[in-house]
Amino acid sequence: MSDAPAIAVRGLTKRFGGRTVVDHVDLAVQPGRICGFLGPNGSGKTTTLRMICGLLIPDEGEGEVLGLDLRTSRRAIKQQIGYMTQKFGLFSDLSIAENLEFIARVYSLDNRNARVEAALERLGLTSRAGHLAGKLSGGWKQRLALAAAVLHEPRILLLDEPTAGVDPQARREFWDQIHALAREGMTVLVSTHYMDEAERCHEIAYIAYGVMLAHGTTDQVIAASGLSALEGEGPGADRLAAEIEERPGVAMAAPFGTTLHVCGTDPEALRAAVAPWAERITWRAVPPTLEDVFINLMRTATDGSVVEQA
Amino acid sequence: MWERIGAMVFKEVRQMARDPGMFVMMLMFPIIQLAIFGFAINSDPRHLPLAIESKDNSVYSRSIVSALRTTGYFDVAKVVTTYGEGDRLLSEGEVQFVLTVPADFSRDLVRGQRPQLLLTVDATDPASTGPAVAAVNEAIARALARDLAGPLTMRLQTPPPVDVVLHRSFNPEGITSHNTVPGLLAIILSMTMVALTAMSVTRETEQGTMENLLATPLRPIEVMIGKIVPYFAMGLVQVLVVLLAAAIVFEVPFVGSFGLLLAVTLLFTLVSLALGFTLSTLVDSQIMSMQLSMLYLLPSILLSGFAFPFRGMPVWAQWLAELLPPTHYIRLVRGVMLKGWDWQLALSETAVLVVMLLAFGTIAVRRYRDTVA
Repeated sequence: MSDAPAIAVRGLTKRFGGRTVVDHVDLAVQPGRICGFLGPNGSGKTTTLRMICGLLIPDEGEGEVLGLDLRTSRRAIKQQIGYMTQKFGLFSDLSIAENLEFIARVYSLDNRNARVEAALERLGLTSRAGHLAGKLSGGWKQRLALAAAVLHEPRILLLDEPTAGVDPQARREFWDQIHALAREGMTVLVSTHYMDEAERCHEIAYIAYGVMLAHGTTDQVIAASGLSALEGEGPGADRLAAEIEERPGVAMAAPFGTTLHVCGTDPEALRAAVAPWAERITWRAVPPTLEDVFINLMRTATDGSVVEQA
Repeated sequence: MWERIGAMVFKEVRQMARDPGMFVMMLMFPIIQLAIFGFAINSDPRHLPLAIESKDNSVYSRSIVSALRTTGYFDVAKVVTTYGEGDRLLSEGEVQFVLTVPADFSRDLVRGQRPQLLLTVDATDPASTGPAVAAVNEAIARALARDLAGPLTMRLQTPPPVDVVLHRSFNPEGITSHNTVPGLLAIILSMTMVALTAMSVTRETEQGTMENLLATPLRPIEVMIGKIVPYFAMGLVQVLVVLLAAAIVFEVPFVGSFGLLLAVTLLFTLVSLALGFTLSTLVDSQIMSMQLSMLYLLPSILLSGFAFPFRGMPVWAQWLAELLPPTHYIRLVRGVMLKGWDWQLALSETAVLVVMLLAFGTIAVRRYRDTVA
């Protein structure tokens, strides 16, 4: 494995109409790493993924995917990338086997039948190979889509919210598979909204309103945020969220079950902010969660008015 | 209950207002139909082009020609003197009638020898020439009534002084189906090729499979060709069905070359497919593409000369029809099947179709990109 990043983009920018959807995004992912791509809805995650896999041409910026120029070698890049779209992108009126066979043909794969057979076997769908893809349940559709995306053994896998609407067990199995693929050297860039999934990534990149706000391992991102958090436990703690959030020094407050989770950038100010309720409620310092960091980042981004509304 | 119905009505109106396709349906269709049926279509076409092939330049022949003109049905488009020139014009469709005045016409007329006048009609479309033909005898009689004055009045007695021989070319029995069945080829191919291609492309966009396709190494041109081939094959099956029915059921004569017909049919099928593809790049839902195809089909059926006489339409409608591929294809099919056109006669209409194929093909390829959005 070389040291050159599998994905390296600099200043990637995309505008639709007058709106800048992706604004000078830099991203580098080393081979064999799983990078979680996070951000609120409409933050430009899908657009960035599409630019990386050649479905959109960036208005500005440059980059290399597997050493190939993003702007001039889109077709060569497509050969080596597997892309799983947010919406089920296979043909519902073709059978499972027919879908895989189609993909195999499109990528001009050798030993087509053997590959399709092997993929069906891995999926555990050999007995249902003749079933229409459209009739599968959400979890199975997602597995099939993944199998189709990696059928041509791509070196990079891009997944756009692959586990939306999938049950926890299927999600776990899905992630086990992603890790297995990464072990074999595949580079994975996966967008998600789930914090538990973000924590299963080697590294995460957070984008809001088209701007990359944080990038690194989970610990790095949390540390870089400079947030500290308190957890309050006591009678009625969970009902104080709105009230406490108004206090100076509190970035946000959210109830978790019967407890209240509070965080802010200045630990002293945070302590002072919750002091009035100290008799009734016991406050203890806890590490800030990834969710704290992201919600805080998103709010700061909005405040910083990076948004350029059309 | 009324409040709930009101809620539905309100919601429905809002959705309608937001759906451009619905607007096309609701406004464009009546406007187009009004324009076509109200202004363009005329089942009693006048000012049909007539060629005079006269070997007798006399007061009588001139007066007959002028009488024909006054009926309003005929416009003298050409005066020819060489033999066979009239037939050529008729075959090419440049004129719909040829009036042949034989030499010695006036001498024989004066002598009371009942000379013959030959009116050759392009009878491929009996409906368009019928009313004009019906007016001929009357017009000639009236013209001669004026000219055969004095002692010649006796020539006006029955039988009429002139024997008008009517020759229906290309469709001697004046059977309508000989004209409509070949025309149907154009309509059937337009309906299926344009609408189905447009829908098959938008279906990919609508169902989200297009993004997946575009992420693969498939090139746009490969997607296009791959999509077109099966429809193309289907089009050929349709052509064979119509031709077999034409030959066996309707007994439509087939005068020209089958190879030439097949060649222009392939060309027209490609034009339709390219047009369907172009339409699909303009819209992103199957319903919209269906409506757009209907918007194309309606004038294709009504203005192309398939259902109503082409020359009966006002000039603007004729120009509009010239822009529609079926207009040219219908001329080609009728020309080859009924008039026995060879490739030289077919050349100009074929050239138009080739230009259209290039135009639509270019637009389709340019608009259909390998990127989303």
